[in-house]
Formats: sequence, C-alpha cells, structure tokens
Amino acid sequence: MANIFSSSIGKKLIMSITGLFLVVFMLLHVSINLAILISEDAYNAACEFMDTNIFIQIMVPILAAGFFVHILYALILTLKNRKARPVKYAVNNKGEASSFASRNMFVLGLIIVGFLVLHLVQFWAKMQLAHYVTGHGHENPYLLVTTVLSNPLWAAIYLVCFGVLWFHLTHGFWSALQTVGFNNTKWLKRWQCIAKIYATVVCLGFAVVPVYLLVQRYILA
Amino acid sequence: MDLKLKIWRQKNAKDKGRFETYEVKSISPDSSFLEMLDILNDQLILEGKEPVAFDHDCREGICGMCSLYINGRAHGPDSEITTCQLHMRKFKDGDTITIEPWRSAAFPVIKDLVVDRYAFDKILQAGGFVSVNTGGVPDGNAIPIAKPKADESMDAAACIGCGACVATCKNGSAMLFVAARVSSLALLPQGKIEGARRAKAMVAKMDELGFGGCTNTQACEMECPKLVSIAHIARLNREFLVAKLRD
Ligand code: HEM
Ligand code: FES
Repeated sequence: MANIFSSSIGKKLIMSITGLFLVVFMLLHVSINLAILISEDAYNAACEFMDTNIFIQIMVPILAAGFFVHILYALILTLKNRKARPVKYAVNNKGEASSFASRNMFVLGLIIVGFLVLHLVQFWAKMQLAHYVTGHGHENPYLLVTTVLSNPLWAAIYLVCFGVLWFHLTHGFWSALQTVGFNNTKWLKRWQCIAKIYATVVCLGFAVVPVYLLVQRYILA
Repeated sequence: MDLKLKIWRQKNAKDKGRFETYEVKSISPDSSFLEMLDILNDQLILEGKEPVAFDHDCREGICGMCSLYINGRAHGPDSEITTCQLHMRKFKDGDTITIEPWRSAAFPVIKDLVVDRYAFDKILQAGGFVSVNTGGVPDGNAIPIAKPKADESMDAAACIGCGACVATCKNGSAMLFVAARVSSLALLPQGKIEGARRAKAMVAKMDELGFGGCTNTQACEMECPKLVSIAHIARLNREFLVAKLRD
C-alpha cells in the first residue's frame, strides 16, 4: 500500500472510486424522484423514508465526503495535468481525436458543483437537513418540489444541468472502469455503450419530472 | 504544388521562439513531407539562412525519430503513419501548413522543431526490460505462449517511442508509451516475473519527469502511428494497482 496515493494512478483511483460511488447514488436519487410521478403521498412517503431510515442516515455524511474528495482530487489532478502542457499549440485539432466530454470533464464538473450548491440550498436544506436539525423535515416536500420545478425558469436551469451531467457521466462511467483496470479491447466499446445508456437513463429520469410538471401546469391545466 | 509554411523557429532551449512564414514552389504531390522540408532547407541554405532543424532517421516509419505537429495533429493529417510516411498529396495546392514541435513539459524544445525525448529513455531505463541473460537462440516453442496473448503482446510492442501520444494528450501524459512496454512484457512468461517491479518503477519515473496523468480521452490511441490501444493502459493500471496493494 506504501505511498500508492502519491502516484498519478493512485490519485486517479480515488477519482474513480468516488466517481463510481456517486454513480450508484445517482440511481437511488433518480428512483426517489420518480415517486413524484406516482402521487403526492408516494413522494412524501419516499421523503419520509429518506429522512428517517438509519442506513440513509449513515450514508449521508459518506456521500458528502465522496463529493468532497471527488471535487478535491478533480482540482489536484487537473492542475497537475495543466502543468504538463505549459505551452499550447497554435493550431490544435482536438476534435478529431477525442470526445467533447472527455476533454471537458473539469469544466463540466465545475458546472455540476454550482448546480449542486443551488440544489442543496433549494431543496436539501429545507428537507433532509431541516429534519436533522429540528427533528422534522418539510411538512409537504411534494408541494415544495413541484412549486419550484413547475416554474419554467427553474425547470430550464435544471434541464440544462441534467444535460451537463449527461456529458460528465458518458465519459466518467467507463473512464472509472478503465482507471481501476477493469477493461480490455472487447470491453472498451461495451463499457462506452453501457455508460451512454446509464447516463441517458439517469438524466432522462431526472428530466422527466420538471417536464411532467410543466406539461401538467401549462398544457393539461 | 505551391505552399505556405508557418514554422516554429527557436535558436536553442533558452530562446523564446516564434513562427516564421516560408514559401515553397512546385512541390510534387508524390514527395514526402520530410522531402518537402529538405527542399525548403536547400532553399534556405542557398539564401544564406539557417535551415530548419527537425528530427528524422529511418524515413520508413519504424524508428520513431520523426515528430512534428502538423496543422494541429501529431504526424499530420493522415492516420496510422509517422511524419516520414506522410505525403504531400494529403494537402492542397496553395495550402498554408502550420508546423510546430511536440509541446510537453517533459519534452523541452532544443532547437526549432526538435524536442528532447530523453525522458522516454529514462522511463525505459527504470524498468522497461527483462533482466536475464538470454544466452543462445532458444528452441522454438520451448516456452508455450497462447496465440492471442502473443498477438496482444506484439501489438503493444509495436510502439516505436515517437512521443505522438504525449504530444497529442491534453495532459502531456506518457501513459500509452508506458502501458505499451508494461503490457507487452506482462503478457509474456519471460516478462511476467518482474511485472510488479516494472510497473511501479516505470510509473514512478514517469510521474517524476513531469508527464501528466491519464484522463482517458483516447486521443493518444487515435494519433498513435502504430495504433497501440488504450486497453493496454487498463492493463498498466491493473498491474500497478495490484503491485501497490500487495506491498
Ligand atoms: C453528480 C456527481 C458526479 C458524478 C456521478 C461523477 C462521476 C464521475 C466519474 C465516474 C468519473 C470517472 C473517474 C475516472 O475516470 O477515474 C469522474 C471523473 C471526473 N469528475 Fe466527476 N462526477 C460528479 C461530479 C463531479 C464534480 C462536482 C466535479 C468537480 C469539478 C467533477 C470532476 C471530475 C473530473 C475532473 C474527473 C476526471 C475526468 C477524467 O478522468 O477525464 N465531477 N466523475
Ligand atoms: S524517421 Fe523513422 S519513423 Fe519517421
């Protein structure tokens, strides 16, 4: 184990483990969200579960640490990588050789951080955090979420951020498996395909909620 | 073909350097890119000017000596070839061609288009070898090796150490080069024995020399003249991580 994390590959391992952890969390998050489509009661019950379940309570600080470490190492590695190319090319045909997402993971990540802060203030602080602090969460989470997300401006901001997340995940998912060494010539294409499917399922799952609320408010009403 | 060439000129490692524009006329589309540069240099010498310094040796795509970032791509606009194998028919009459040296902290420019790639030799010296006396020619098939493994090992061994991977990678990372060596030896019984030590030593040297880390953009693989696959990087990661975790 000696000094594994001082090496470039060791640091990258931290990125990939925390990244994969966040990838799993995204699946849980999107499943809970979809309860909004079922009914007010279903969603409020799901929120109640998230507030009180002991396993979730253990996982929340771990999740926060996961985000923190992922972002910290994103910074450390990106700064180190920039130093390795001090002089830029006058002409650089980057698009020929690599995907947009893979070249812009840090910028995509920074947008996600901004979104994360907004999102935590807007919802999490009033729901789960309020529960931890005062002993009871929001009295009607469904009302809170649907009020915000049926507002076209907020809905648009959220949808754009899901797009950003999509790009981050299409590269991040398979990149993490490559980093831990779980790849070969056959699986490379497969993981890349699975990564696109995963990212699309997750981001569509997130996006369907504001779209559903907008349709309900402006078209069906 | 008549062409305009925007070429990076730099007197020595300390000089700041700048682009100079030259014109060459009546170039045959069948001449190679390096022949075109030879013609330019003849012209410069006749004019009493300093010829453009660039690296080359075999001129048949096997030594890895030629380099050049041509119109924004390592080894120019063709794929699966080195610059010496690039022909002028890939360009159009009247084109302006921008020619830059490899850009990477670990490959400093020495003069004009020539960079110091000694860092690659240092990485090899750290572990890119098998430490046994080979003796005479061994009997064929004395050590059985499965065909798919032998093939994959040879695919990695095709690396000619030109540095296009480092030049192309936005992080100036040498991972494809290191992976090619580690992977090709790890796949063979003779190389496997020292696998753990080799992976650790070569990665440590690579980090020390100022190469960046891998972010799996795959740009290296696309520009590699020998198409060494990034699957070898996955094997390097595996070899390295397992070796470190066992320590
Ligand atoms: C929803 C949250 C996020 C998820 C699910 C996620 C997932 C991932 C995954 C799986 C990887 C691949 C790791 C690897 O290649 O070894 C990754 C890489 C990365 N992430 Fe995230 N990430 C998230 C948020 C962020 C944030 C907030 C940042 C902040 C800057 C960020 C920056 C990066 C960077 C720079 C990389 C490395 C890029 C590369 O290897 O090319 N990510 N992420
Ligand atoms: S000069 Fe030998 S590979 Fe180009």
